[in-house]
Amino acid sequence: MKLKTSFGDLFAYTGARDHKKDQPAVVFIHGTGMDHTVWVLPSRYFARHGFNVLSIDLPGHGKSSGASPETIDEMADAVIESIQVAGISTAAIVGHSMGSLVALSAAARYPDHARSLALIGTTAPMGVHPDMMASAQKNDHDVIDMITYWGYSKSAQLGGNENPGMWMAGSTLRLLEKAKENVIHCDLKACENYATGLEHAKLVRCPTLFILGDRDIMTPMRAAQKMVDVMSDARVCPLTRTGHSLMMERPDALLDALITIV
Amino acid sequence: MSKVKTFGFDTLSLHAGQQPDPATGARATPIYQTASYVFKSPDHAASLFNVERAGHVYSRITNPTTAVLEERIAALEGGVGAIATASGQAACHLAIATLLGAGDHIVSSRAIYGGTHNLLDYTLPRFGIQTTFVDPRDPDAFAAAIQPNTKLLFGETLGNPGLDVLNIPAVSDVAHAHGLPLLIDSTFTTPYLCQPFSLGADLVFHSATKFLSGHGVIIGGLVVDSGAFDWAGSGKFPTLTEPYEGFHNMNFVEEFGPAAFISRARKEGARDFGACMSPTTAFQVLQGMETLPLRMQRHISNTRAIVEFLANHKAVEWVTYPERPDHPDHELAQKLLPKGCGAVFSFGIKGGRDAGQQFISRVELLSHLANVGDAKSLVIHPASTTHHRMDAAALEAAGISEGLIRLSIGLEDADDLTEDLDRALRASQKG
Repeated sequence: MKLKTSFGDLFAYTGARDHKKDQPAVVFIHGTGMDHTVWVLPSRYFARHGFNVLSIDLPGHGKSSGASPETIDEMADAVIESIQVAGISTAAIVGHSMGSLVALSAAARYPDHARSLALIGTTAPMGVHPDMMASAQKNDHDVIDMITYWGYSKSAQLGGNENPGMWMAGSTLRLLEKAKENVIHCDLKACENYATGLEHAKLVRCPTLFILGDRDIMTPMRAAQKMVDVMSDARVCPLTRTGHSLMMERPDALLDALITIV
Repeated sequence: MSKVKTFGFDTLSLHAGQQPDPATGARATPIYQTASYVFKSPDHAASLFNVERAGHVYSRITNPTTAVLEERIAALEGGVGAIATASGQAACHLAIATLLGAGDHIVSSRAIYGGTHNLLDYTLPRFGIQTTFVDPRDPDAFAAAIQPNTKLLFGETLGNPGLDVLNIPAVSDVAHAHGLPLLIDSTFTTPYLCQPFSLGADLVFHSATKFLSGHGVIIGGLVVDSGAFDWAGSGKFPTLTEPYEGFHNMNFVEEFGPAAFISRARKEGARDFGACMSPTTAFQVLQGMETLPLRMQRHISNTRAIVEFLANHKAVEWVTYPERPDHPDHELAQKLLPKGCGAVFSFGIKGGRDAGQQFISRVELLSHLANVGDAKSLVIHPASTTHHRMDAAALEAAGISEGLIRLSIGLEDADDLTEDLDRALRASQKG
């Protein structure tokens, strides 16, 4: 689905089904340098189960035009404008990593649009390793390696993909290599500069589920606890032996968790 | 600046794709010898058929044992995914049939395996796919042969029988300049000696029967997707960029991004052509791949010793091996194949066809058969076997002389091999 917004023509994957009036909606928001393809499995699941799905390519990402927004709040504005253009009033908002911050900002600042919230592989503030930032600024390949390999638990770096025949690290490398110039740097800066995460967490009114990997070294599980503590209706679903790339490492367990909040 | 530490090739050869079996704790990859898998509920079944959950439905399409092998070769090649097939030929066919249809065209190196040549030159034309064969040493010839309906460039890392080293970076530049992918048969080199994706290739296939398994007990193939080719940007591949009615209008590029090719190959080709690898075969290939680095090192060291021995033997007219300075691709081989040029090569025996037959009848340690890449050393005389119907002129046109002997060097003690070869060579010269 193409959505004409003030941020550009944004692409949103709908789970291979057309939207229908009066169905509940779910919005998926990807992480740094990525796009909607990380959400194909849950998108298809919820689309078949009677949801209007919007798996959005943020501006400048994937198949969306426009410039990559420089702040998390601007990204959240783009998401909210997208769902409005799509004719959706309220949705379950699901985000991973940078996308979780976007989802948090959207749910906090546009509470009427958020029916529920799922934050996957998250923490706020979300610091960025200086080497990662330096490499991203130069658009060299090291940052892609860092996001990819630091994003997987050590055992997942050896594989054992639940999705048969697919090499997880290779898939992530190729996806990030397709990111447009400066997009990864812009995303990482947006993450690092997002200073209002805890304040936004306090403003969230809808039920919230944190889905966290116990071997996540990018956004360690314990770091998310501060957000959980300040939210009025939050719970945590820990996934064991799982790193930061939860959609790839544990697609079925992640879907089962999402079913409880979407 | 931090550099990411990733697992090395040897570690991946042993472990990639496998976790200890969650059901039993088995350290080795279990053989899941099953045709099908019990669904947990009707909704679970629907979610598997509709690509909402990861899992298995039917072993023609995926199988847990085979999946470990697929993931392992994808890891070793640096790709996004792979499909294991019933043979190397099935892997080649799957790659082609996923991309091409009637009216399409391939530009191929002419120095390729005879089975692949048969497929391209005789069989695929019956299905409307034509191939133009070109000199693998001339990237410009690939460019000149490209037509508006060309969809694929193809070559082998080491050509047959002259061990022509394909200039993969140059040929991939030609392919990409025309919006086309480059498919490579990397059987002779394995990812230990050459990783074609790092040189610019887009798709790779292997006959797993050869060095990957190494034991000569199975027939199998693997096709691997780099995930790097821009199918949408090319605009020439509607099978990947337009809705596929055969799978509920799935759009593979839109839904799977870098994994578009391998996803279509599985959801269409594995499903419909059905040339799947058996789980037991996958297990046997995995046993071989665990020692791939060690075996390839020994293959190379033995080959170097035999090449040196033959080059100095008075019954030998010539030896073709790219590590030798007189090979036309010596310089390119040093650049693209620094760890070695494989363990299959040819030499010319003095005395032509008769001497070749004498030689073959006198080898005792080397096995006379039509295969390569076994742990045991193998030998064949094409003029009296695979090409026996050809006269001298026809053989010459095929790049094969009457005295050409092809060797596949195994893992035996090198001096035992030279002793066997020396005895047979001497006998061949006695008339």
